Amino acid sequence: MKRLFYILGVLLCSVSSAQAGIDDAINAATAPIATFIGQVVFFKIPIFGAQLPVVVLWLVVGAVFFTFYMGFINLRGFKHAIELVRGDYADPNSHGEVSHFQALATAVSGTVGIGNIGGVAVAVTVGGPGATFWLIVAGFLGMSTKFVECTLGVKYRKEFEDGHVSGGPMYYLRQGFSERGMEGFGKFMGTFYAIGIFIGALGIGNMFQSNQAYVQLNSVSGGALDGLGWLVGLILAAVVFSVIIGGIKSIARVTEKIVPFMAVFYCLFAIIVILMNAGTIPQAISNIFTGAFTGEGVAGGALGAMIIGFQRAVFSNEAGIGSASIAHSAVKTDEPVTEGIVSLLEPFIDTIVICTITALVIGTAQVAAPDFAGDAQGVAMTSAAFEREFSWFPIPLAFAALLFAFSTMISWSYYGLKGWTYLFGESERGQTIYKLIFCAFVALGCVVQLGPILDISDALVFLICVPNILGLYFLAPIVKREMNSYFARIQSGEIKKFK
Amino acid sequence: MANKILVALDGSDGSKRALSAAAQHARLTSSDLVLAYVIDWSPYSFHTPQELEERHQRRESEIQRANDSVLNPELAALEAEGIKVETVVHHGKIAETLLELGDQHGISQIYIGRRGESRVHAMIFGSVSAALVQTSSVPVTVVP
Repeated sequence: MKRLFYILGVLLCSVSSAQAGIDDAINAATAPIATFIGQVVFFKIPIFGAQLPVVVLWLVVGAVFFTFYMGFINLRGFKHAIELVRGDYADPNSHGEVSHFQALATAVSGTVGIGNIGGVAVAVTVGGPGATFWLIVAGFLGMSTKFVECTLGVKYRKEFEDGHVSGGPMYYLRQGFSERGMEGFGKFMGTFYAIGIFIGALGIGNMFQSNQAYVQLNSVSGGALDGLGWLVGLILAAVVFSVIIGGIKSIARVTEKIVPFMAVFYCLFAIIVILMNAGTIPQAISNIFTGAFTGEGVAGGALGAMIIGFQRAVFSNEAGIGSASIAHSAVKTDEPVTEGIVSLLEPFIDTIVICTITALVIGTAQVAAPDFAGDAQGVAMTSAAFEREFSWFPIPLAFAALLFAFSTMISWSYYGLKGWTYLFGESERGQTIYKLIFCAFVALGCVVQLGPILDISDALVFLICVPNILGLYFLAPIVKREMNSYFARIQSGEIKKFK
Repeated sequence: MANKILVALDGSDGSKRALSAAAQHARLTSSDLVLAYVIDWSPYSFHTPQELEERHQRRESEIQRANDSVLNPELAALEAEGIKVETVVHHGKIAETLLELGDQHGISQIYIGRRGESRVHAMIFGSVSAALVQTSSVPVTVVP
């Protein structure tokens, strides 16, 4: 253990003696790779002058299908989801096991990340205010996809002899297909997913997060960290290292506790900022609606705005990617459907609440002062919108962004690890290798620029939606049967509240 | 049916004194004893995914430890005296769970040791014995 810290220390010193030109060199090297991966995954078909990436279509069609097939579970299940999280149905005899609340909180802290602050700004910049509307629609539909994948995650999770549990798409893909007589195909899909989540963990859950945290820190410090991305990256990597390899749980525990409060703090201030611009709210909201259907000034018009909105929503709430089903699988329940219902709340909190609030902060600022952000994009743009009202806000925002990024990285390091252990087994040594790779990418994330990073992580994450959603279609009838039986038993009083 | 007396144990000296007082009471009134160990736990806490994965294992080992190091050692001596003893380990908020267990077992008296927390500690975290005294529907004996 000490040796690992030593190696990291040596690495840090040797790199700090190098020139800041590292940033540019790495940028030059990654940009072409990013472009290539992006082109393959986001193969676009032109429709009515807009470019529609096939994967986005794939996700949206899936979400619409599950919403109808499950009879609008995203609306029907909402109240019950809150009862479950509150613990109304928790059996006192299973106290001490993972509760619905804990599983949800962990999954939410994995999804509420920089995307909620910076990703929304990207959406509004590229897709206009109308993208916000489609972002909300995508969040709403995504609730159904999440329901299906989290129910399956619990149903097909693997319980090891020593009592620990592992679940997620790789397990339900493999088992679900083999139950239907397609063993070979199931194995292939499980493996494909595991590879995807492992690589995706290095992008969406890692490089994108550390990159945006650095950007925000740099802009708060007035550019003092220009060219020092590698240093910030190494420090961040060292902290992640100390948690996931060093096993310093206290850091993780503190973050897990602070993040929810940060999220509430962020939303509170966002609402205050929106209210301070109260006069511009009607105009901002009308921009969102007209933009959604006319797409003025957006490449591809309304369809263009729609595509951007959907893309950003999935990137933020991860519905259809299957990652959350890994976190939800640990819950203690005999009814897989209950965890699916609880997971409905995740896109709701993440996209419909937090992303919408961010979009409104930016939207109202745009109405009041169209050029408020200058050249700033991503997190920096959101920060500028807050700064108009509270000049000191960028500092706590940078802190919040850093924590969001950190907790997302910790969660995703786990998701990636599950993909890795699915592929290479549970050996300690293998797990350490994976964790070292993960830390290296944290550092790398601070060095490359936003453009290529977004391309790479978007592409990798969208890629694993392909096997995941295909599996969801095949297994949806099982989920539907369980769901109907569950609600019937609630209705008949067979399943009772304990409180 | 014999009366049942619940004793809250946590391995501390105070809880041992509570047990000997309760045993005395049980002998005199030929009551049964319920030894309860409550592990402080809340369903509304935050954890990393890794901790969630290991939660089930950890719960089992917490229960095991409570049984092995606190409850079982007392069991033999009490039973040798002819007192009927039940043991129970449960997770939850301590005072609340003790009262729930009391209801479940139909007990008529609770014994608990005073932990002697400092005032500041009790002010912030609340005192278990004080909470019990305030909310219990059966007599509570707090043993110093």
